[in-house]
Amino acid sequence: MVSILEVHETNKMIEQEKLDVRTITLGISLLDCGDSNLDALSQNIYKKILRLAKTLVATGKEIELEYGIPIVNTRISVTPIALIAGSACRSEGDFVSIARTLDLAARDTGVNFIGGYSALVSKGMTPADETLIRSIPLALSSTERVCCSVNIGSTKTGINMDAVLLMGTIIKETASATRENNSLGCAKLVVFCNAPDDNPFMAGAFHGVSEADAVINVGVSGPGVIRHALEAVRGENFETLCETVKRTAFKVTRAGQLVAQVASERLGIPFGIVDLSLAPTPVVGDSVAGILEEMGLESVGAPGTTAALALLNDHVKKGGIMASSFVGGLSGAFIPVSEDQGMIDAVLRGSLTLEKLEAMTSVSSVGLDMIAIPGDTPASTISGIIADEAAIGMINQKTTAVRLIPVMDKNVGEMVEFGGLLGHAPVQQVNTFCCSDFISRGGRIPAPIHSFRN
Amino acid sequence: MNKTIITVVGKDTVGIIARVCTYLADNQVNIEDISQTIVQGYFNMMMIADIGRSQKPFSEMVTELENLGEEIGVRIRCMREDIFTKMHRI
Repeated sequence: MVSILEVHETNKMIEQEKLDVRTITLGISLLDCGDSNLDALSQNIYKKILRLAKTLVATGKEIELEYGIPIVNTRISVTPIALIAGSACRSEGDFVSIARTLDLAARDTGVNFIGGYSALVSKGMTPADETLIRSIPLALSSTERVCCSVNIGSTKTGINMDAVLLMGTIIKETASATRENNSLGCAKLVVFCNAPDDNPFMAGAFHGVSEADAVINVGVSGPGVIRHALEAVRGENFETLCETVKRTAFKVTRAGQLVAQVASERLGIPFGIVDLSLAPTPVVGDSVAGILEEMGLESVGAPGTTAALALLNDHVKKGGIMASSFVGGLSGAFIPVSEDQGMIDAVLRGSLTLEKLEAMTSVSSVGLDMIAIPGDTPASTISGIIADEAAIGMINQKTTAVRLIPVMDKNVGEMVEFGGLLGHAPVQQVNTFCCSDFISRGGRIPAPIHSFRN
Repeated sequence: MNKTIITVVGKDTVGIIARVCTYLADNQVNIEDISQTIVQGYFNMMMIADIGRSQKPFSEMVTELENLGEEIGVRIRCMREDIFTKMHRI
């Protein structure tokens, strides 16, 4: 029987330390929706999403109420559209009409984001992949809830540098197409290396082809809970520090696992994975930076930051893995700048630079995430940053991603507001030396030597 | 599955337990265990209750207990037991 102190601890985590389930994401396969007629394809997609996700939002609310744990988002991910729409979509406009169908389906099911307007081009691009990629600026500027992702590399295939070059331009065009909203379109566009098939987190969620027809994936959260737990062991040695992270992560993940199982039962859809990522929000106290600073750093970005993040990430996983029957997705502490008040403060203080963030992505997080850069940053520079990040992912056999926002008409130091969970961020300095001769060589970077394991 | 944890947190005052228990009795909820303590200066009560015989939808009970808490001036939460056992037991 649980004791009053345990009950008190759980309630404190929820009420004061902002423990929540960040997202219940319903992955839906659209592989059986294919049709060479555009209208028929659109209808098939819409009908299937509505059929499976009709009660998703209501179920999330019900679980939240009964178990007392906030469920911040309910979302949908679908099969990468480039894989299913190739025979019906001949032009960028055709693809955009599919994006609008997804947007409508998201609105009518009540989810706040739908992911999967995606292309997987880690080795090469089909005509459908390339047309979809070229349609992204218009798709993102004419929809509200659609999220895009493009996988441009993997440890097994190497890096598709043609796609890297193209994505630099697409990010700039998306920024320009959504310039009235602080280039917000770029916040819904992720460029991946080693993208996972079962990621529940936006903007990079899509339902991979290795997945079942429909599946429930859950992303937990709880940076505030970990930080509070670490306050109690201030000054203790690393063994105690790591143990505390591990124990706390176990509890956080168990809550996520429970929600995933209940949601799966009630919706009649199989449970997929729990994603162990620590996801911050702009709310004060819900910060990954706050954890690192609690460990003893004056400000995130100071020497020691990469080590602190590495141990945090590793022990969140060690605690979480035993708490869940299936772990997957991204499962790495997120370090988005605009969505984490501690990161924002560190940038403003001058302790956190783009280069330090890049170093941090090599040990833990998923990538350079939600970073505002000057609107006049050249496309080739953005491609260069994507290539660097992809190289870290490819060589280290981990997922990395880039979600940069070149904010039109803004310069270094200016603050940009994205709203809601996307937060706000100061425009950060980017290295201004040119890399365009390197980026525009064309072709691919071959797979690394350690990928040949057979 | 029908086990529920009801917690009451707030300033101590006359009749808190009586009011909560009356509500539960009216709704055929059986109380299996009650414990109380003072945590950081606040009155903390926890009840383990069986709602198996109650006809009321669970979500309605959550809301009604919350409202009752507001009337008395305390915070009442009613949550399914699993969330606690999963977190604190392997």
